[in-house]
Amino acid sequence: MNTLPQQLANGLFLGSMYGLIAIGYTMVYGIVQLINFAHGEIFMTGGFGALTVYLALPDGISMWIALPAMLIGGALVAVLIAVGAERFAYRPLRGAPRLAPLITAIGLSLALQQAVFNWYPDAKSARVFPQLPFGPVHLGSVTVQSGDVFLIIAAPLCMAVLAFFVRLSRTGRAMQATAQDPDTAQLMGIDTNRIIVIAFAIGGLFAAVAGLSYGLKYGSVSYDMGFIAGLKAFTAAVLGGIGNIYGAMLGGLVLGLAEAMATAYIADIPGMHQLGGGGWASVWAFVLLILVLLFRPQGLLGERVADRA
Amino acid sequence: MRQRSLVILTSVLTTGALTLTACGSRNDDSKGSDSGNVTVTIGVDAPLTGQNSATGLGIQYGAQIAVDDANKNKTVPGVTFKIKALDDKAIPATGQQNASQLVAEKDVLGVVGPLNSGVATQMQQTLASANLVEISPSNTAPELTQGKNWQTDKSRPFKSYFRTATTDALQGAFAADYAYNGLKKKKAFVVDDKQTYGAGLSKIFKAQFAKQGGKIVGTDHVNTGDRDFSTLATKIKNSGADILYYGGQYDESQVLTKQLKDAGAKIPLFGGDGMFTPTYIKTAGKAAEGDLVTSIGVPVDTLPAAQDFVAAYKAKKYPGDYGTYGSYAYDATTAIIKAVGEVVKDGKVPSDARQQVVDAVQKTSFDGISGKISFDEYGDTTNKQLTVYQVTKGEWKSVKSGVANPK
Repeated sequence: MNTLPQQLANGLFLGSMYGLIAIGYTMVYGIVQLINFAHGEIFMTGGFGALTVYLALPDGISMWIALPAMLIGGALVAVLIAVGAERFAYRPLRGAPRLAPLITAIGLSLALQQAVFNWYPDAKSARVFPQLPFGPVHLGSVTVQSGDVFLIIAAPLCMAVLAFFVRLSRTGRAMQATAQDPDTAQLMGIDTNRIIVIAFAIGGLFAAVAGLSYGLKYGSVSYDMGFIAGLKAFTAAVLGGIGNIYGAMLGGLVLGLAEAMATAYIADIPGMHQLGGGGWASVWAFVLLILVLLFRPQGLLGERVADRA
Repeated sequence: MRQRSLVILTSVLTTGALTLTACGSRNDDSKGSDSGNVTVTIGVDAPLTGQNSATGLGIQYGAQIAVDDANKNKTVPGVTFKIKALDDKAIPATGQQNASQLVAEKDVLGVVGPLNSGVATQMQQTLASANLVEISPSNTAPELTQGKNWQTDKSRPFKSYFRTATTDALQGAFAADYAYNGLKKKKAFVVDDKQTYGAGLSKIFKAQFAKQGGKIVGTDHVNTGDRDFSTLATKIKNSGADILYYGGQYDESQVLTKQLKDAGAKIPLFGGDGMFTPTYIKTAGKAAEGDLVTSIGVPVDTLPAAQDFVAAYKAKKYPGDYGTYGSYAYDATTAIIKAVGEVVKDGKVPSDARQQVVDAVQKTSFDGISGKISFDEYGDTTNKQLTVYQVTKGEWKSVKSGVANPK
């Protein structure tokens, strides 16, 4: 049996999730040139927000009714935290040297992790997440697991809506203008503070979708799930060209595919047995990142100025 | 402006540092009583939060119940025992720091733990140099007691290290024998998490399974903390294996089994004692049905001597799973308590108490709640019981108990 279609699909699912989180890094970077290292934790709180809603609903409720509520609940939590972080942690440091907000982001990341760890009930180890009530779906030779069904519908949908929003809406164009030159944009009558808040909110929203998919895909959420996922998504954003929203999604997909291919096939290359398999997947993903950055330092779709948002 | 940002930077750094320090868990939930005039502390080191904590908490509270019983029954006149539980988060370096902390506290006369063999490798030296006795209820890596060349030339590296669990040499072989002869499986795919425990267990399984005549159709490794095994699941399905052996903990295998079954591979996952927890079934759901583990000893609920222990654990509503290592932690703690009883007379702690406790533990022999507790010349338990459990209708059910006797 040829496993390639299945392995490509596995890579795409994983990559879509990386891409959804990477959007948050890239939106914020595009507009305020800040690497928001707390974004992985915003993704985590999105997952916990969705879980809280599920626990608050009556027992035995159908997942079809619960799912939209969980999505809204998770999004609400993640967006509130993202916007709150912007308002109280980053905005006061807007004029400060770049290092200050960066360190704040790392501090905030630790604080959010510890807050969930200490105060969310039973969150000291992973919490079980509800599952979609149908088995895997078979498309030809490819099996799609139930959690991935949500992901392959949600990720392209979110991406398309975002692309239209940035291209066509007034606010979207204002975001592009702010990304190109915040000072001039402000002189043209754009409320840049509002634009920055919107960028954080969109990042939080996408992170919540990713957080919910994570729970559905892996069956549990934990206080430390944002660390590795955030790191991988940041890598995806850099790989695709940080600041470019299409780059973030593309970077996520490339990274997911690279990990899947490395796990599946590198061990079969003669002489490479020791360097293949799941344990080495991240190593190969980072080798790819280094190669891309050597030949295209701005990332796959990164450009100097145009069309950043 | 510059000054202001400097102030902010410093304050942020300080906040971060404070947050980090605040992470250490303080679990001094034992209370002193008036039954004695000297207090002896027994240290516990296990993962109490995050990875592996479901089984780790079973160790902490198993030890707690042993101490409560000893205080209530005045097992050692003139001595009040208390537990000091430290969280190693399943990280070897943290285990070593905890070991140093326990060594530094004068009233600590013994340590129960750790859970992970990899953590034990980092704690042994620190505890041995202070002659502080260490009894692990769950470490199974053979080299911990029998040295690096345990297959050919056994030599005990640390006189102060003991364990109430049998080794992987027996457990891995027991699993391989059961998979080949009991389940009639011929083609195994073997995955491990590259940790001391998981890698050791899978290596022994592979060797024994091949020796029996089975075929290893593929091997792979995962990282602890990984949650995406879909690629691996496809690979396993395509290898034509009729059983998957996993060397590692429940955190990864509960996700792996789910993704494996979702990928369409209807083969059981077989693992070691690190997976033997209800959490595994809770997370994996229906996918866990038919999966197997080997675990040390016989089922705790069937032991008549353990009934009081199980009742106490349930009555106090302690978190974590007592079923995996709880009774072994109880017996390990009791072994230390009995040793202290021989060393501390009339409430007076001799100056070389730690060394004397090590000697007393070596000679100890009593009927614990999990069976007979005594140690051989390497510090291994003389109780070599193992049990195979299988998930049946959402619960671990024992299917075969026996004494491992690899051929």
